[in-house]
Amino acid sequence: MKKDIILAGVGGQGILSIATIIGDAAMNKGLYIKQAEVHGMSQRGGDVHSHLRISSDPIASDLIPEGKADIIIAMEPMEALRYKHALAPNGWIVTSSTPFVNIPNYPELETILAELKSFENLNLVDAEDLAKENKMPRSVNMILLGAAAKVLDLDIDTLSESVNRVFSSKGQAIVDMNIAALKIGEQA
Amino acid sequence: MKQLLLGDHAVALGALHAGLSGVYAYPGTPSTEITEYIQLAPLAKERGVKSKWCTNEKTAMEAALGMSFAGKRALVCMKHVGLNVAADAFVNSGMTGVNGGVVVVSADDPSMHSSQNEQDSRFYGKFAMIPILEPASQQEAYDMMSYAFDMSEELKLPVLMRLVTRMAHSRAVVEIGQVRDENELNPPASDVMDWVLLPAIARRKNDALTALQPKLVDNAEQSKYNIQIRKGNAKNGVIACGIGYNYVNENLSDLEEYDILRIAQYPAPIKLIQEMAQRCDSILVVEDGQPFVEEQLRGILSQSVEIKGRLSGELPRCGELNPDNVRVALGLKSFELHDKSESVVARPPALCQGCGHRDVYGALNEIIRNVYPDTRVFGDIGCYTLGALSPFRALNSCVDMGASITMAKGAADAGLKHAVAIIGDSTFTHSGMTGLLDAVNANAAITVIISDNLTTGMTGGQDSAGTNKFEAICRGLGVDEEHLHVVEPLPKNIPVIAELMKKELDYQGLSVIIPRRECIQTLARKAKQKK
Repeated sequence: MKKDIILAGVGGQGILSIATIIGDAAMNKGLYIKQAEVHGMSQRGGDVHSHLRISSDPIASDLIPEGKADIIIAMEPMEALRYKHALAPNGWIVTSSTPFVNIPNYPELETILAELKSFENLNLVDAEDLAKENKMPRSVNMILLGAAAKVLDLDIDTLSESVNRVFSSKGQAIVDMNIAALKIGEQA
Repeated sequence: MKQLLLGDHAVALGALHAGLSGVYAYPGTPSTEITEYIQLAPLAKERGVKSKWCTNEKTAMEAALGMSFAGKRALVCMKHVGLNVAADAFVNSGMTGVNGGVVVVSADDPSMHSSQNEQDSRFYGKFAMIPILEPASQQEAYDMMSYAFDMSEELKLPVLMRLVTRMAHSRAVVEIGQVRDENELNPPASDVMDWVLLPAIARRKNDALTALQPKLVDNAEQSKYNIQIRKGNAKNGVIACGIGYNYVNENLSDLEEYDILRIAQYPAPIKLIQEMAQRCDSILVVEDGQPFVEEQLRGILSQSVEIKGRLSGELPRCGELNPDNVRVALGLKSFELHDKSESVVARPPALCQGCGHRDVYGALNEIIRNVYPDTRVFGDIGCYTLGALSPFRALNSCVDMGASITMAKGAADAGLKHAVAIIGDSTFTHSGMTGLLDAVNANAAITVIISDNLTTGMTGGQDSAGTNKFEAICRGLGVDEEHLHVVEPLPKNIPVIAELMKKELDYQGLSVIIPRRECIQTLARKAKQKK
């Protein structure tokens, strides 16, 4: 088993939490993990990404070779496309459809969505709206993770256990909300 | 026991388990998380490990040396450019030698994800003539800490550990080892002169350090971290340093035969390299950062062996390595790629909405745009460096920690009429105070803005050494009370602050304006913790 995952978004959107949950789940399944993160300057509203590799065999490089990523999980549609060249030919894109516009020259959303839709293996999730509808505005990232679970080969129960472990210090209410978010995402 | 650890955390835990008594550091990406981990570690609390942030990397290095003098184990952490600041103490620590073990961790940032240059700390290790370690995995980073402290005490020399961003900021599972106790207090006898680098003693110490060099090379040749990996009868050898080995390894299954020398301990293991040169027609050097080993090979090996790497163009001259550029250098075909998207645009970092620095630039730009277009603004290192980008575009320089004040002074000396320095609170205590004293003594015609957000913001909100002391520091250095002002940078105050800036720019002497408002990130974090 091997999954090379690129997580993408804008600083502050919570991609590192997604990485932490997947990492915890993988570790508990006895898999090897490598995860390269971005800290520092770009976290101030710039584009951020993380390379997450999980495998049943030892992993050499912290970075995923270009053209070999199995899945891009993005909190933002343009950020999904930023790493498109890294995706394997039959790779998947799971992305939120809501743009995060903090730059004056953000491209036409139509263009971005059309380019995304040229990918056969696409799960375009309206994660922001789902979060709002379900009164969990801070769990957009977990909805997206739920939506990616199938492609990741990680079932919701395994991910829920990890949410429980990772978020336990934040209280049961936060844990429950994030587990609910995973389940909403799974159906999306 | 196994733990999923960031490279920086593996270093921190490794040091704690190696009997650490103190970590001395100034925050700097990608090294910050080492000290933060120790500050929160239960074992460090239990043991009373000293872990308060230092004012700069030089004070950190010197405090570590003092702890070592007293017999205990000390860790010093910094980003690569921090080693420039610590260099005086660092290089001379090779001369004094150590008592308790000292490990200096310098985290390089190839590709400059969060830095102003790409300098390679290994050159500093060679310059100081001390051993260097360069882990390739989080497990190695952990294991190497006790190895490094033992080596430091055995050789009586500090040891440099060089990290790069992809090592410091990458997570992997680490198997945790034994915990060693701290050293006992054990300062040298009062008649020991080894630490007094007067010329006569320094000459003796220099001879001793020089005489020790063959042993360091020998250690590297015997090191369990410098290993050969061979299959078949390859004629094209590969030397892979630090995490460069991971990128070679990533492509290994596509090579029919190979001859690899992995280097993770320096000085370069000359004998192992010469043996490879006898087996091979060419040697490719895969090293992240600058061509440190590649340059040395040209001095070590005969000309019959072709040396390939960053200098010869097989690998890019600048920027970090990755599995893709190493794959090409190994002579393998690139993978098939989707085209890059043409609609994606850059999303540069920006000051947070609601940040006080924004209001400082708002006021400053009022004056520059409407009153004195001849103003030049000398910037410094921190969040507020982002004032150089849109929408503010307010900075004309950013060089090194503290350079804002001193460059403004130099420009004013040359005749620039409206010179402004803008520096953050943490950067001011790091390296700005001495420059301000120069400016006071010359009554330089500059306006210094100390933009105080009560924290070290860019690295994530660490304590700032001068909090609540800035007016006192300025007065103590001799800043005229009439030209020392504190303001609150809020959007509604922009007109008043702009007026004050204009008044002080009109004054042809030294003024200091301190806009003070807490960083909104640390403010939000504190509010959350209270809940």
